[in-house]
Amino acid sequence: MLIRKNIEGTLPSSEITPKQSFLSRRNLLTGAAAVGVGALALRQIPGLIHPAAVHADQKLATVPSKYTVPDAQTPFSKATTYNNFYEFGTDKADPAKNAHTLHPRPWTVQVTGLVKKPITLDIDAIMKYRPIESRVYRHRCVEAWSMVIPWDGYSFSEFVNFVQPLPSAKYVQFISDEKKEDMPNKPFGYSWPYSEGLRMDEAMNPLCLLTFGCYGEVLPNQNGAPIRIISPWKYGFKNGKSIVKINFTDKQPRTLWNDIASNEYGFYSNVNPKVDHPRWTQARERRIDSGPFPKTIPTQMFNGYGDQVASMYAGMDLKKYY
Amino acid sequence: MPNKLIPYIKVLVHAVCLLPAFMLVQMYRSGALAVMADPVNYITHDTGHYALLLLIISLAVTPVRRLHARLANLIRFRRLLGLYAFFYATLHLATYIFLFSGYDLPTAWAGVTSGHFGAVVDQWKLVWPAILDDLQKRRFIQVGFLAWLLLLVLAITSPAFVMRSMGGKNWRRIHWGVYVAASAGIIHYWWLVKKGVLAPMPFTLALCVLLGARIFWWARSRQTKRAKARSVAVSS
Repeated sequence: MLIRKNIEGTLPSSEITPKQSFLSRRNLLTGAAAVGVGALALRQIPGLIHPAAVHADQKLATVPSKYTVPDAQTPFSKATTYNNFYEFGTDKADPAKNAHTLHPRPWTVQVTGLVKKPITLDIDAIMKYRPIESRVYRHRCVEAWSMVIPWDGYSFSEFVNFVQPLPSAKYVQFISDEKKEDMPNKPFGYSWPYSEGLRMDEAMNPLCLLTFGCYGEVLPNQNGAPIRIISPWKYGFKNGKSIVKINFTDKQPRTLWNDIASNEYGFYSNVNPKVDHPRWTQARERRIDSGPFPKTIPTQMFNGYGDQVASMYAGMDLKKYY
Repeated sequence: MPNKLIPYIKVLVHAVCLLPAFMLVQMYRSGALAVMADPVNYITHDTGHYALLLLIISLAVTPVRRLHARLANLIRFRRLLGLYAFFYATLHLATYIFLFSGYDLPTAWAGVTSGHFGAVVDQWKLVWPAILDDLQKRRFIQVGFLAWLLLLVLAITSPAFVMRSMGGKNWRRIHWGVYVAASAGIIHYWWLVKKGVLAPMPFTLALCVLLGARIFWWARSRQTKRAKARSVAVSS
């Protein structure tokens, strides 16, 4: 019972999820492949129990994925206390302290721009659209540290196929939440909201993960609840958190870090040990795992995902398009 | 403050200045560092922070003394504070070399304990190219290293007998370099952080105020000297 072709709006009333299912979100999530389309579902979800209480440590039902890497995982405690989420403060300990103000429910994602029909979708409808896979990915920060994190989500390409962009769409832009009630203390000097983007072929690469959880649980707020993107062959900042809008466009979208320092943060920002950041080498990284001190290890081209992504950049000067 | 108390206060100053280093050791032993995602980053930041803080405090000694005659013997703490700034700057540099650059400390240590002291050098040979590369390419490393070198010179020339053998005038000239070192340290911090991060601002403002106070006094003393010279000229 897929809703792929159903964006024209009106859904037969028989396909609307019965009300009692909404009352227990836990059941809903474990009972995979349910139905729901944003606008309709949205009207009923706010009546739910208090969102913050519901979302603490909520388990996700996941299926394994072939995209999992065998590297030793970063412990949950480290991955959720060492974050760059500047809306909640510039120190890496800040997001874990401050992100409790974010309300991951109710949440909608606007799909705009060059798509057949712009639509606003509810987060629960998006989550239920495809089985959620657990994928262990390497995660390389531009600051030369890295983690190995089991993300939970499905390929963003599935979502793109669902919303059907026009052939003229060349890029996807991800716009993050900036609401004052969610993020009351955003630092000054940044062009909020956070904006990031991918070329269409990058977005369609199966590695590009529309992410709802990590470690088998819904995303903690500081990790970008309730929906974020993960493209593991790029530096971490390419992956917008707490996304509220997905915009299809024919022009390369603005990205926040590029606005601030274009010589340091390019649009592509593929992990590349041969192109240094102006202030530090990218040839090595400090791998944060369960050990007491991170080990310094060599950084791999495309973060080790060359087999899946290198062909997209054939013939491109990656020193110029950093 | 009464001179009698100074030895006791010195003990207290030593204790306070050693506290951040002691805390790091304690965090290492208790495992608090190990549960941290990036303890190397923490240690680097922590030692750099205290180096700058102590440097600023040592720079504040002279202006604060001028506020009141009874504060004059604060001078007895200036060298101590400056040396502790150098101590933390050295820990900061050591963190960069032995923890940040990829130096494999456990392997080197295993070598030492089994009698193969060459392991220490072998590890150094492995990381040296990366450090050299940093020194050649990265201005924030260059300016930070410059700050440390200046502090090294100041530390070496800090004992009283060196001052005596150099002569007060030369010594003071060299030790004006502490302002260059502090500025270099703060520039190092600004060049390190991402744009929009204002963490180095408090240090910057403090240094500006202290330098401003120095310049103000210098200008005023020149004025009074001139006025005196003039009045002498008129009366003669």
